[in-house]
Amino acid sequence: MTQHISPERIQEIKAARQVLKTYKYSPAAVDKGYTNKTLYINISDNTIAEKEITEEIKDKFIGGKGFGLWYLWNAVNKDTKWNDPENEIVISPGPIGGITQYPGAGKSLVVSLSPTTDSVVDSNVGGHFGPLLKFSGWDVLELQGKSEEEIIIYINGNEGAISIEKAPLEELNSHILAEELTALYADDEEDKRNISVVSSGAAAEHAMIGLLNFSFYDKRRGGQRLKQAGRGGIGTVFRHKKVKAIVIKYKGVRGDSNHPADLKKIQELGVKLHKEIHDYDDIQTRKRQVGTANLVEIMNDYDLLPVNNFKYGYNPETWRISSDILKTYVTQNVPDGCWYGCSLACAKACDNFELKTGPYKGHKVLVDGAEYETVAGVGSCCGIFDMDYVFECNFYCDTYGLDTISWGTTVAFLMECYENDIINKDITGGLELVFGNRDAAMELLHQVAKGEGFGKYAGLGVKKLKKRFVAEYGADKDFLEAIGMECKGMEYSQYMSKESLAQQGGYALTNKGPQHDEAWVIFTDMVNNLIPTFEDKAEALHYFPMFRTWFGLQGLCKLPWNDIEPADNKQTDEPAKVPEHVQNYVELYNSVTGKNIDKEELIRQSERVYNFQRVFALKLGFGTREFDKPPYRSLGPATKEEYFSRQDRYDQQLKEKMGIDPEGKSVEEKIALHRQYREQQFEELTDAVYKRRGWTKSGVPTIEHLQALGMDYPEVIELVKPYQ
Amino acid sequence: MIQLNNRRETYDEGMTVSSLIKKKRYTHPMLIVRVNGQFIEEEMYAETPINDGDDVKIIHPIAGG
Repeated sequence: MTQHISPERIQEIKAARQVLKTYKYSPAAVDKGYTNKTLYINISDNTIAEKEITEEIKDKFIGGKGFGLWYLWNAVNKDTKWNDPENEIVISPGPIGGITQYPGAGKSLVVSLSPTTDSVVDSNVGGHFGPLLKFSGWDVLELQGKSEEEIIIYINGNEGAISIEKAPLEELNSHILAEELTALYADDEEDKRNISVVSSGAAAEHAMIGLLNFSFYDKRRGGQRLKQAGRGGIGTVFRHKKVKAIVIKYKGVRGDSNHPADLKKIQELGVKLHKEIHDYDDIQTRKRQVGTANLVEIMNDYDLLPVNNFKYGYNPETWRISSDILKTYVTQNVPDGCWYGCSLACAKACDNFELKTGPYKGHKVLVDGAEYETVAGVGSCCGIFDMDYVFECNFYCDTYGLDTISWGTTVAFLMECYENDIINKDITGGLELVFGNRDAAMELLHQVAKGEGFGKYAGLGVKKLKKRFVAEYGADKDFLEAIGMECKGMEYSQYMSKESLAQQGGYALTNKGPQHDEAWVIFTDMVNNLIPTFEDKAEALHYFPMFRTWFGLQGLCKLPWNDIEPADNKQTDEPAKVPEHVQNYVELYNSVTGKNIDKEELIRQSERVYNFQRVFALKLGFGTREFDKPPYRSLGPATKEEYFSRQDRYDQQLKEKMGIDPEGKSVEEKIALHRQYREQQFEELTDAVYKRRGWTKSGVPTIEHLQALGMDYPEVIELVKPYQ
Repeated sequence: MIQLNNRRETYDEGMTVSSLIKKKRYTHPMLIVRVNGQFIEEEMYAETPINDGDDVKIIHPIAGG
C-alpha cells in the first residue's frame, strides 16, 4: 500500500495555496540534445527569467554538472557560504540525458555549495525530473535566493507556465509530499507518469547531510519512487531556502524527444547493449535481479566491506544483509528501471513494507532500494546485520531527506566514539550507541528528523562532530582525525581502501570528496596488481576520474558502462575500461549532438570541467594539497583491534615492504611504523597524480595546462597564478 | 610457489584454476584467467591444472563501484 491522498486533502492543500508569481514562456524545441535555454528562478524576489546558452558554453562545459558549475561559478564569490541567498541549486540533465534507446540515460546532475564541505559539490540522481525539464524547454534550472515562506515551484512544460506558490499545508517528508503533489497536478491516474517532484524532508532541516529526492510514478506499484541526489548536503540547502518542492509536468515523452542528429545509430547502439544485458546480466552482475546489492557479499569476500566504522573489511554475519536476502524483500519480481528504456533495470523496490518505528509506525510503505551503499552504510559499517533494519532505515533516510551514505558513516563514527568513552549516555540522551545497536541507531535517526535530543547534532556529519567533540568534550583530536571517515568534509562511501594505495587516492585526490564515482580502482590495484608503480596508479587516477566525470556531463548512469560487459571484453587489451562501451559512448554523443569527437576528445571534455571544478574549489578557499589529506584509517590500521584482526598480513608487510622484523615490537610500535610508511606512500602517490593531471605540487592546475585545455579564463588564471 | 598476479603464492598439490579461485575467495563473477599467458575459458577452470612455478593471472576487469 502506498500513501493514497484523499480528494479532500488535495482540496485543502489547494485552498491554502497563494500564487506569488506566474511566468509564461514558449518552450524551446530540443535540437540535438539541447534546448539552449536556462531557466533562472530567484526566490528572494520571485524573479523568473530565461538565459541563452551559447555555443562556447556548450563546447566548454557540455551540460549536466558542467553547466551547473559554470552557473554557480558566476553566481557566487569567494566569500559565499552554503546558506547565503546567493548560493544556488543548479539542476541539469546533459545532452544525452532523456534518450530512451540506450540504457542509463535519465540522470540529472545537481550542483551547489555544500554545507558539509563548504565547497562546491555535485551529485547525480535518477528519476524523471531532468529529462522532463529538458523536454519542457530547459537545459538547466538555476535556483537562487531564499524564500521567507514555504514555497513550491511548479513548471508545466506543455503549457509553458511556471508558478511560485506559498505552500503551507503540504507534508514535508518526501514519500507523502511526492504523492500529494503528483495527485494534485495530475489530470488523472494515467497523467501521474508525466510528473516528477524534487523534494527533501524533515531531517534535512536539522542536519548538514540532507538529500534531494527525485520522484517518478511507478504505475505498476501505484506509488512514488524516489531516487536520491545524496552527496554533499544539497537537501539541506534546499530546505534552508524554504523550498518544499519543485514539480515538473510534461506529457509527450517519445523516443525522439531529444531530437538527436542520428536516431537510427542510437537505436543500433541501444539494441546491441540490450542484447548484451539480456544475454549476460544473469551471469555477470545480476543488476536486473538485485540491483547494486550484489556487491555486498563480494566486498565481504575480498575484505573490502566496511565493518564497524571501516575498522574491518569482513564479517561472518554479512550473509544476513546479502543480495540473496535482499531478493526476498524485492517485490513484483521484474526488472525495474528509473528512466524509460533502461534494460539494466537496477532500481529495486519493496512494496508494503511495514514500518516498526517512528511517526509512520504500522504504515505499509514502498521502499526504494536498498542499494549497496545503503546496505553497507547503515548496515555493516554500523555493525548491524539485519535486513529489516536496513530497509526501515533506508525508507526513513529517504523520506526524511538524509543521505544514507553520510548517515551510515556518521553513525558508525558516533558508535566508535561511544565505545571509546568520548561520548556517553549523558551526551546521547540515554542512547547506547554501540556497534550493532539498531534500536539506538533508529531512534537517533528519528531524533534528527525532529531536531530533538542528540539528534540536533548527529546530522552535522563527521567533520563538524570531530570539532565539537574536541572542543566540548576534550576528545583526543589526533584519534578522531584518524578514525573519522571524512575528507574535505564529505563522509566516505562504502569501500575499504586500506590495502589499495590507488583507491586511497581514488577517494582523497578528488574534487568533491570521497565518493567513488570518480575512481574505483581497488581490484585493478589490490587484486589484479596491474598498476604497481606510482606512475601506473597516477595514470589510472587520471583516466578513470576523467572518464567517469563524462557521465556527469551527459546525464548518463555509470552502470551500463561496466556492470555489463561484452562477451569478448575479456580478450581486449584493457578490459577494465570496457573499450567497446567507451566507443559506444563516443558514437552515442556524436549521434545525439551531430558532432564528431573521438575517445581522446571525450576525455578532454571531462578534463576541462574537472580542472574548472578544481579551480572553483580554490576560489572558495579549498582545492589545494592540504584538503586532499585522508583520515589515516583509510590508509591503514589506526587501532590495536584493527591491527590484531589482520596481524599476519600487517606483520608480513613490515617484513616484505618495509624490511622491518616485527618480532619483539609492540603493537603500538608496529602501528606507528605502518603509519609512517603508508603516509609516505600516499604523499608520493599524490605527487605522481598531480603531475599526471597537469597540476603543481600544491595541487593546483598549471597555467599551461589550463591554456592547453582552453580553460584560461582571466578569473581562472588570476586564481591559480599565486600557486605556480 | 606460483606467481599469481605477479605476487608469490603457495603452490598446493593438485591445484587447478578452480581450486585456486576458491582458495583466494575470488567470488566476483567476471574473471579473466590466464595460465602462462594462455587464456582459460570459464568452463575449463576445473580441468585446468596449475603446476608449481606457473605464472597465473586472475584479473577482475572492474574499475567501477
